[in-house]
Amino acid sequence: MKQFLYFIRKEFYHLLRDRRTLFILFGMPVMQIIIFGFALTNEVKNSRIAILDNSKDEATTTIIHQLEASRYFDIVENLNSYSELEPTFQEGVIRMAVVFPEQFQSSLLHTNAAPIQLIADATDPNVANTLTSYASAIIMDYQNSMRETKAFPYAINTELRMLYNPQLKGSYNFVPGVMAMILMLVGAMMTSISIVRETELGTMEVILVSPIVPIRVILAKMVPYLLLSMVNIVSILLISVYILEVPINGSLTLLLFECLLFTLTALALGLLISSISNSQQVAMLISLMGLFLPTVMFSGFMFPIENMPIPLQLLSNLIPAKWFYYIVKDVMIKGTGLETVWKETLVLVGMLIVLLTISIKKFKVRLE
Amino acid sequence: MRTLKILLEKEFRQIFRNPAILRLIFIMPIIQLLVLPLAADYEVRDINIAVVDQDHSSYSRKLTDKISASKYFNLVVYTNSYNEAIREVEKDNADVVLQIPSFFEKNLVKEDGAQLFMALNAINGVKANLGGVYLRSIINDFNGEVRLEWMQLPRFNPQPMIKISSINWFNPLLNYQFFMVPGILVILVTMVGAFLAALNIVKEKEIGTIEQINVTPIRKHQFILGKLIPFWVLGLVILSIGLLLARIFYGIIPEGSFLTVYLFAVVYLLAVLGLGLLISTYTETQQQAMLISFFVMMVFILLGGLYTSIDSMPMWAQIFTKFNPVTYFIEVMRMVVLKGSSLYDIRHHLLIVTGFGIFLNTWAVINYKKRS
Repeated sequence: MKQFLYFIRKEFYHLLRDRRTLFILFGMPVMQIIIFGFALTNEVKNSRIAILDNSKDEATTTIIHQLEASRYFDIVENLNSYSELEPTFQEGVIRMAVVFPEQFQSSLLHTNAAPIQLIADATDPNVANTLTSYASAIIMDYQNSMRETKAFPYAINTELRMLYNPQLKGSYNFVPGVMAMILMLVGAMMTSISIVRETELGTMEVILVSPIVPIRVILAKMVPYLLLSMVNIVSILLISVYILEVPINGSLTLLLFECLLFTLTALALGLLISSISNSQQVAMLISLMGLFLPTVMFSGFMFPIENMPIPLQLLSNLIPAKWFYYIVKDVMIKGTGLETVWKETLVLVGMLIVLLTISIKKFKVRLE
Repeated sequence: MRTLKILLEKEFRQIFRNPAILRLIFIMPIIQLLVLPLAADYEVRDINIAVVDQDHSSYSRKLTDKISASKYFNLVVYTNSYNEAIREVEKDNADVVLQIPSFFEKNLVKEDGAQLFMALNAINGVKANLGGVYLRSIINDFNGEVRLEWMQLPRFNPQPMIKISSINWFNPLLNYQFFMVPGILVILVTMVGAFLAALNIVKEKEIGTIEQINVTPIRKHQFILGKLIPFWVLGLVILSIGLLLARIFYGIIPEGSFLTVYLFAVVYLLAVLGLGLLISTYTETQQQAMLISFFVMMVFILLGGLYTSIDSMPMWAQIFTKFNPVTYFIEVMRMVVLKGSSLYDIRHHLLIVTGFGIFLNTWAVINYKKRS
């Protein structure tokens, strides 16, 4: 036991004496959660659009004003002819164009029918879809306001309630995701080079000739980073609650416990990477390129997992961040307890055990 | 010139003699390019709905059938208890609850109007919003059918009707892969370029071999060029592989010219490598270099407009993206590959990125010191 404590002390010295790294490790997560918490949103608003108004009458002016007044659109161009449309799209200035035909108002008044064309830049299909439906809704509102106010018979009235996030804030969805991403990457990255650095710099030899057993070497490497991550977890949660205004509706103890469990999994994953790679560069490349994109894509906070092809849905189960994201969403925002997240928790525990076992098995007690 | 040639020989030899790195450089991007675009699809469909039917009338059943027949909704729960439905939402089994209260049919027919209640899981605000819109339009359709049953409609439009037709240009099938592949390609080129360049000089510092270079008559700019060119070549090779894969697996053939893509990539890589070099002149160990370049890259990539639209970001983030080379390359790739924009259309992008390249590389050269 005493031997183990000495080792932990050694690792602490390693960590604490490299001021620059320490500073980055504390500063980075804080900066990231602030930047991404505010800036990342899959909402679509302030999209630049162009208007091609061939009619220029009262009706088109009113519709244009209503489009402008909504927070979804920013009218940046007024075009004069159809031929200007394509070049404007190609310059990448606008996302959608609204085209009014000639005599819009008069045909609307006399024949009770008039067309409007919405042309969307579908290079981003998500934005194209959303913009089209928002613009349609605004135009429909105008149409309904033109109709007589007589109530329809046999009307079904639908009342709508937004659960958990009545203001539809993007941060409710993104903060749990960003938390998962940061804890995963920082955790895995820190430990991924810890073992291989000793090999690369030659200090591993000293450890190997000592009587300490591999499991203790590995656990000792985890402890300081775990403490550091706990500081990070607390600061991330404080920022989420007080700056990003995402509430913690469930039990704080449970949330902290789950964060800790997830961090341990990340650290174990890093250790595994460290014990299978032969240089710091390789370890870093694996933990960055191998973890960054998959964590972003498969945790479910950017892209809905149910839309993916079945093999990828199965693959996503291997990503610890996916499970953690579910847990944080449930505990933090829905405010549910362990009874709804026990399965996900067990999955994380299982992953932790498997990862630790493999990295201990893979730990080389001999130099090559 | 000869010095540079020898330096380049050394660098290439170093890269090719480390098979682990080489494998990572080539295989990882390929796998990611093949797998990730398949996963990137955020169209809202397959919304799980729980219907709370307290009416049990023919209308309530007809409405339920209509909803479960639509391609947007999966009926997962059909119950008469609201609480049970909400529990399903808590367990993430259902996204939407539609409550059909008792006497729905009777009220609709006898009282001329009836009420429905809808509750949506709004943690993902966009999904909730669109889910609400879809469900409402189904209910409106249903409403229209009911009305037809009970009253005769006049033949001509009795009231003004605006007909909205929407067209999707440049990607008429709304294929998400067309959107994601060019962007992911940019990320891969950037990550390989910036990381390796940053790690490379620092490695010489950490292991101590930089001393040997410092005592030779090699000039600063020669040294930097010697570090830069190999990764510049690698970046272009990865880009070419990526374009080839995009063509084979996703059928993406650039609408614009390859020349435009490559010209921009050449300049862009210069800027990104400059960034990597700059980081490496400020750090002492590989760990530091990696952490910093990771942080910078993560911010650049996530705010680069690959995943979320830049238009929707707050003002300060939009200003930041003006200084983000990744944004420019992603935009250019999408413009040239999907819209067929020409060199003239991307002239501003090209100019700005050239500026970044010159600025970052000059800074790196100035900051690199030959003495310790």
